[in-house]
Amino acid sequence: MDRRVVITGMGLATPLGLELEAVWAALLEGRSAIGPIRSFDAQQFHCPIGGELPEFSLGDYIPKAYRKSAKVMSRDIQIALVAAYQAVKHAGLQTKCLVERGEAGGAAPIDPARFGANIGAGLICADLNELAGALVSADEGNGQFSSSRWGSEGMNNLTPLWLLKFLPNMLACHVTIVHDCQAPSNTITCGEASSHLAIGEAYTTIQRGAADVCICGGAESKINLLGLLRPDLFGRLSRRLDDPAQACRPFDVDHDGMVVGEGGGLVILEELNHALARGARIYGEVVGFGASCNTQSWKEADSTGRSHATAIRRSLKNAGIAPSEVGLISAFGTGIPSYDDSEARALAAIFGEHCRTIPVFSCTGALGNNGAGNGAINLAMAVLAMNQSTVPPTVNTRQVHPDYPLRLAVGRPIDARIDQFVSLAYALSGGQTAAITVRRFQK
Amino acid sequence: MQRNRVVITGMGWVTPLGADVQRVWQRMLQGESGVRPTEIFDAATFPTSFSAQVQGFQLIDFLGAEAERHADVSRNAGFALAAARMAWDQSGLSRLTTLERERVGVYLGSGEGPVDFDNLHRCAFFGWDHAQGHLDTQRWAEQAYRGFQQMREHQQDPNMAGAHIACLFDAQGPNFDTLTACAASTQAIGEACQWIRRGEVEVMISGGAHSMIHPLGVTGFNRLTALSTRNNDPTRASRPFDRERDGFVLGEGAGILILESLEHALIRGAKIHAEIIGYGSTADAFRVTDIHEDARGSSAAMRLAIQDAGLTIHDIDYINAHGTGTKENDELESLAIKKVFGDHAKKVPVSSIKSMMGHLVAAAGAVELMTCVLAIRDQILPPTINLTTPDPACDLDYVPNQARPAKVRTALSNSFGFGGQNDTLIIRQFEG
Repeated sequence: MDRRVVITGMGLATPLGLELEAVWAALLEGRSAIGPIRSFDAQQFHCPIGGELPEFSLGDYIPKAYRKSAKVMSRDIQIALVAAYQAVKHAGLQTKCLVERGEAGGAAPIDPARFGANIGAGLICADLNELAGALVSADEGNGQFSSSRWGSEGMNNLTPLWLLKFLPNMLACHVTIVHDCQAPSNTITCGEASSHLAIGEAYTTIQRGAADVCICGGAESKINLLGLLRPDLFGRLSRRLDDPAQACRPFDVDHDGMVVGEGGGLVILEELNHALARGARIYGEVVGFGASCNTQSWKEADSTGRSHATAIRRSLKNAGIAPSEVGLISAFGTGIPSYDDSEARALAAIFGEHCRTIPVFSCTGALGNNGAGNGAINLAMAVLAMNQSTVPPTVNTRQVHPDYPLRLAVGRPIDARIDQFVSLAYALSGGQTAAITVRRFQK
Repeated sequence: MQRNRVVITGMGWVTPLGADVQRVWQRMLQGESGVRPTEIFDAATFPTSFSAQVQGFQLIDFLGAEAERHADVSRNAGFALAAARMAWDQSGLSRLTTLERERVGVYLGSGEGPVDFDNLHRCAFFGWDHAQGHLDTQRWAEQAYRGFQQMREHQQDPNMAGAHIACLFDAQGPNFDTLTACAASTQAIGEACQWIRRGEVEVMISGGAHSMIHPLGVTGFNRLTALSTRNNDPTRASRPFDRERDGFVLGEGAGILILESLEHALIRGAKIHAEIIGYGSTADAFRVTDIHEDARGSSAAMRLAIQDAGLTIHDIDYINAHGTGTKENDELESLAIKKVFGDHAKKVPVSSIKSMMGHLVAAAGAVELMTCVLAIRDQILPPTINLTTPDPACDLDYVPNQARPAKVRTALSNSFGFGGQNDTLIIRQFEG
C-alpha cells in the first residue's frame, strides 16, 4: 500500500505580508505589493520597481541562541527561516526551534531522524557592497583588477565565512539546524521551478519511506543589484513604470513583462498516518507530480508549450485524474508575452474545451517574480482557494488576451467548488518545468 | 511500491587527469597527481596558488558540429556536455530510435558558472563612493548596463548544464539540478535512481559538473581556510588521512552516468557496467561550519544505504571515501566508518582519489562513483596517494600509495558537503 502524503502547514514570506491569512485577504481584495524599490537607490535601473517584503526582525523566527548566526546569512536564507517558522507553527509541529523559543504546546516533539527538508534556492547574489569594498582595495587605481593585490591583501577584507552566505544549500542548512531535520535534505536550484521540484521531491521522499515529514518549497530575493539587472538584460522586465502596482499583468492583453520580487513559501508535507496520529489539520493531499524540460531553448520560452503540457499531463496521470476533473489551475503567469503564450498554449492543449470553464489563478502580478520561492507561494494560495471554494482575482489582469482560452477571475473573486487543482511552475532560464496535483483530503 | 532495478549503462568524465575513461583510470592506478600551479588565473599571491585543473579542454573535441549551438556555455556546463556526450554514446542509446523522449530525464548536481569577474570589479571600482565608503548604486547601475552581457549572466545559473544536456539529447523527462555543496552529484544520482525505481522514467542522465577555480571561488575557500597551502609542493598537497594533511585541493570537472532501468537495458541488449543498489541521505542539522562530532549524519547515511541495498556491513568490499584531506573530514569520516562497521572496519579497504585529482566539489561524487565501477570491473582498488605519515585518528586501511588487486563485488561511495549534507551510494557488480 502506497504511503499517502498530505499538506498540514504552510508558511509564507511575501511582499503582501508574512502571515498566510493576510496574504490571502490581500489577494482577495486584488491588492498589488509592487512599487518603487525602497531598499536601495534603484533610479538608474531601467525598471526600478519590485515587490519587497515588509520589515521583519529575524529574531522573531529563530531561537535566541541562534541570532548570532545571522551574520552568515544572506537575505535568501533569512527569508527561508521566516517561512520555515511560519510553516511549522501553522502545522502545529513541535520542532526544536519552537521548543527553544518556549512556544511548544503539549504535543510530542517530532522525530528529527524522520524530518526532512527540500528547499529550492536561487543563484544567491553576493552582498555587492561588501564585495565591492574589498575589490576596490585591490585596485591598481585605474579600474584594473590586480589579482596579485587581491590575493595578498584584498581578499582579507571579506569575512572568513563569506562563502557560506551564498551557497544555495545554506537555506536548507540553517532551516535543518534550527528545526532539527536530520532526514534527507535536498536543495533544488532550477530557477522558478525550484519550489515545485522541491515539493515534488519531498512528496516522493515521504512516499518511499525515507521521511515522515518534510519542510519543502523555496525562497529567494531578486531585490538586489544583480537580481534587478539580470532579467533586464534578458529583456523580461516591464516598462510600465508610470504605474508600478499594475505593471505585471499575467495573461492580459496589455502584458509587457514581469517585475522582480522577493519571498518564500514553505509547505509541510506529512505522511497521512503521521498527521492523523497527532491530530493535525489537513489542507489537502498531494497526489501527482510531473516534470519536464524545454528542449528547444535554455534561455527563451518554449514556443510550443510542450514542456509545460508534458509536466501537467504526467502529474495528472500520476494522480489518476482526468483534465476535466481539475477544479483550478494554479499558473505561473509571468506577464512576459512569450512565456504567457507558451503557458496558455500548454493549458489549451491539455484542458481542451474545459479550458474556458476551469478557473486559472496566478499571484505573480501582485507579488512579482522572486525566483525560487514563487511556486510554493502560488501553490499555498491554491490550497487556500480549494479549502475556501474561492478563487482570488489574478491581480492586474483586466482583460484576458483574446488568444488565450483561459478563465481568470478578473477584478473580483469567483466561487468555485474545487476538488483538485494542478499547479504549474517553470524556470524562465533553463526551461525546467514541474506540475503538482493536490486533491481535497478525504479519508 | 514499485521498485525497478537501476543499472549504469554509460559513463563519461572530464577530469584533471584527462577525459578518456580508460586513460584516466590507468593514471589513477599508477598514483599520478593532476595537481599543479594554477594557470586559469593569476593565483601567485593567493594563500593557495595551485589546483587540479582540466587541461586543454575544447568543447568541439567532444561535440563536433553540435558545439556551435552550445558555444555560450560556462566552463563547467561545457564539461557536463562533453561528459554527457561520451556517456550517451557509450550507452548505445543514440542508436535506439524508439526511445520515448519524455521517459529520459536529467538529474545533475551541477554548480554555478563563474561570475563575470571583470565587470564585477569594474562596476565596483567606478561605483564606489570613496568619500562615503560604500557602493553608489546609481553609479553602479550606469556602469553595469554598459558592461554585463546577457550571455555571461545566463551561463551562471546552476540549472544551465542540465538544460543544455536536455537540448542536446532532446531529453523531455524531469530535469533537476541539486546543489548540496560537495555532496551534490552523489545526491543527484541517488535521487535520479528513485525516478527509475518508481517506473516514471527509463533513463536518467545523471552526475555533476563544477569549476570553482576562479578568483572568487578560491577566495571563498581560502577565507574558510579549507584549502591546502602547500604551495611549494603541489603534487603532495592533497594527502587524505595523512597526519600532515592541511586542507583540500580544489579541482574541477564533470562526471556523467547513464542510469537505466534493468528491464530497458536488457531488452535493448545494452552493456551493463554495474547496478546501483543502495542510497542513503541525511542532514547533520548541527552547525554551518562543523561536522557533528559523533559523525552522526555521515554514519546514518552509510547505514541507510546499506539497509536500502538489503546488505550487511560484511558485504561491502570497498569504500570510496569522501576523503578531502581536511583535518576534520578525514578524522570524522574514519570515525563514521568505525561506528557503522565496528570491528570489521579495519578489514574494509578505503581510499580517496581526491589525493590524485583534487576535490571536484559538486562533481566529485559522480567521478568517484565511476571509479567504483572501474574498480569492480578490473578487480583493483585505486590508491590514496601521499599517505606517508599515519595519523592515529585515521587508523583504517586506506590503500596507501599503491593500487591493490582485490576481490570487489560491492562498493560504497561517500560524499559529504558543507552545511551537513551526507550522501552514500552502493553499487554492485551486475550478475543478472
